Amino acid sequence: MHFGPHLLLATLEGLVTSAVLALTALGLSLVFGVMRVVNVAHGEFFMLGAVLAWAITSAIGGHPALGFLAALVIAPLIVGAIALVAERLVLRRLDYNPEATIVATIGMLYIIQQLALTFYGPEARPVEPPFSYRIVLPWFGYSGYKLSIIAASALLLIATWLVLTRTRIGLIMRATQYDSETTQAFGIPVGRVYGGVFALGAMLAAIAAVLIVPISQAHYLMGQDPLLLSFIVIIIGGLGSLRGTVVAAVLIGLSDGIVSMFFSPTLAKIIATLLVAMVLVFRPQGLFGTASR
Amino acid sequence: MSEASPAKAYGLHLGVIALLFVLSFLLPEYYHGLLARIMVLAVFAMGYNMLFGYVGLLSLGHAMFFGAGLYGAGLAIIQLGWSVPAAFAAGLCCGAVLSLVIGLLALRTTGVAFMIVTMMFAQVFYLAILYFAAWTGGDQGMVVPQPARVLAFGATSLDLTDPTVRYMAALGLFSLVLLMTLAIVRSRYGRVLVAVRENEERTKMLGYDTFSNKLAAVVVSGTICAASGAAYALLFGYVGSSFASVQYSILPLLWVLLGGAATTLGPLIGTLFMYYVIDVTSGYTSAYLLIVGIALILLVLFFPKGILGTIRQRWLGWLP
Repeated sequence: MHFGPHLLLATLEGLVTSAVLALTALGLSLVFGVMRVVNVAHGEFFMLGAVLAWAITSAIGGHPALGFLAALVIAPLIVGAIALVAERLVLRRLDYNPEATIVATIGMLYIIQQLALTFYGPEARPVEPPFSYRIVLPWFGYSGYKLSIIAASALLLIATWLVLTRTRIGLIMRATQYDSETTQAFGIPVGRVYGGVFALGAMLAAIAAVLIVPISQAHYLMGQDPLLLSFIVIIIGGLGSLRGTVVAAVLIGLSDGIVSMFFSPTLAKIIATLLVAMVLVFRPQGLFGTASR
Repeated sequence: MSEASPAKAYGLHLGVIALLFVLSFLLPEYYHGLLARIMVLAVFAMGYNMLFGYVGLLSLGHAMFFGAGLYGAGLAIIQLGWSVPAAFAAGLCCGAVLSLVIGLLALRTTGVAFMIVTMMFAQVFYLAILYFAAWTGGDQGMVVPQPARVLAFGATSLDLTDPTVRYMAALGLFSLVLLMTLAIVRSRYGRVLVAVRENEERTKMLGYDTFSNKLAAVVVSGTICAASGAAYALLFGYVGSSFASVQYSILPLLWVLLGGAATTLGPLIGTLFMYYVIDVTSGYTSAYLLIVGIALILLVLFFPKGILGTIRQRWLGWLP
């Protein structure tokens, strides 16, 4: 292959990564924006989504599309329920204190990871894609399913944006983000909003995982990279800004896909992490965010 | 914090050191080795406590300081063939320089950003160890050979692989750091650090340069952690990248939370207790991280002051 098609392939792969990353990071960003909670266990909700998708598809059988659609609905619901319970039992009792919640979500990370290892095992297991259509380009064939991931993610992002800006629920969420005490004074049950947002954030991660699992594999340690990348995305994009998150996800996804095709992945990770730490040190509002209040 | 007579505080600490000394002759072999390891790791926890307990800065990247000491000493002895004291000094220097640089950068941020920045720098350090596998041995790590771990004083020599020598060396380092932290905490400088923790703006208004005080605390904390890492490499002979991973940034936090943040003896008690719990439960289950996770959540929920913190609040107000 020549350089041009090679670059096109890298770009497509990067866009798939971006699509999944945008959804995952959006969940983390919502939770941080509204609740001011840094959810270190976010990657584990991602992993749970993938593991549950495997469990559901292998339990249902029949045509792969059937099991996959069931997983796409059921897995996020289960993950959301788990997140809601965790929020009620732990985070609410800590009064959403930023430092205490970080320690508590680190605890959740270990608990979820170990339970997954105990009940799911250390193997990486594949999930069959719902359809296997191949788009033939002049230089190489490309999986139609991967392109549909990009489309599905774009649809979900637009839907989230519409909910946030056009509906009453979105208005309440934005009001809580802006000033939770005044919102409470207006009779909004802020505690319930927090619970809902935490569950929604986890569900977004789970959906992203169900989408990606047919092209990667379900494994109990798969939550670590998405967590780090999501952190990078919301820091570059500005904490709590939806547009910044999406732009940064595309940027990071593309550069990750292209850089790791031409350089050593470890070196790419070192440079990316260092750059992001420097952004956080010297431009804490992010590259696209405005100065924080 | 009520004023304690110096005699009482120093007496308690010397008593603990004497108890550890006597235990060396009483403990069965397995626990003897375990306690030596716990004392070295308790030094790591004391270094962490210096910053987290007294200044109130929650770092999620202290594994890099431990790793700097570990690899500074390990690489000096394996790749350069330095002697034991020179390698230990190299480890300390690596930790001091790294913590100075990290402090200068990370202290520009506060709160949640500080935690994420320290975590990311530690991740870079960890990945760098894997990347330079030709020298560091990558994720396999390196073993410090036994002949290199002998301290020579002219005619006599001390073999650090001998259990009793190893125990006494660990105890020596532990005692030194314990008395040093006690002295720092009771000094004027220690009071300024606590003032920064309680109200940084007010401390600044009273005319203290909070940035350089915090920077000094990061360097002291990082150097103590590096001392622990260097001692670990020399006493136990293994230098591995897992000691620089995120997990080893979380563990000192857990030990300090459990024992009691901002208490001088808390790190020892936390490390001892957690090691004991893991030792006991590993007989039933291999999932010891599950225990770590549950312990973290239960501690922040019901026991935020830790064991010694609670004792100090209820009964012994003079505890340093």
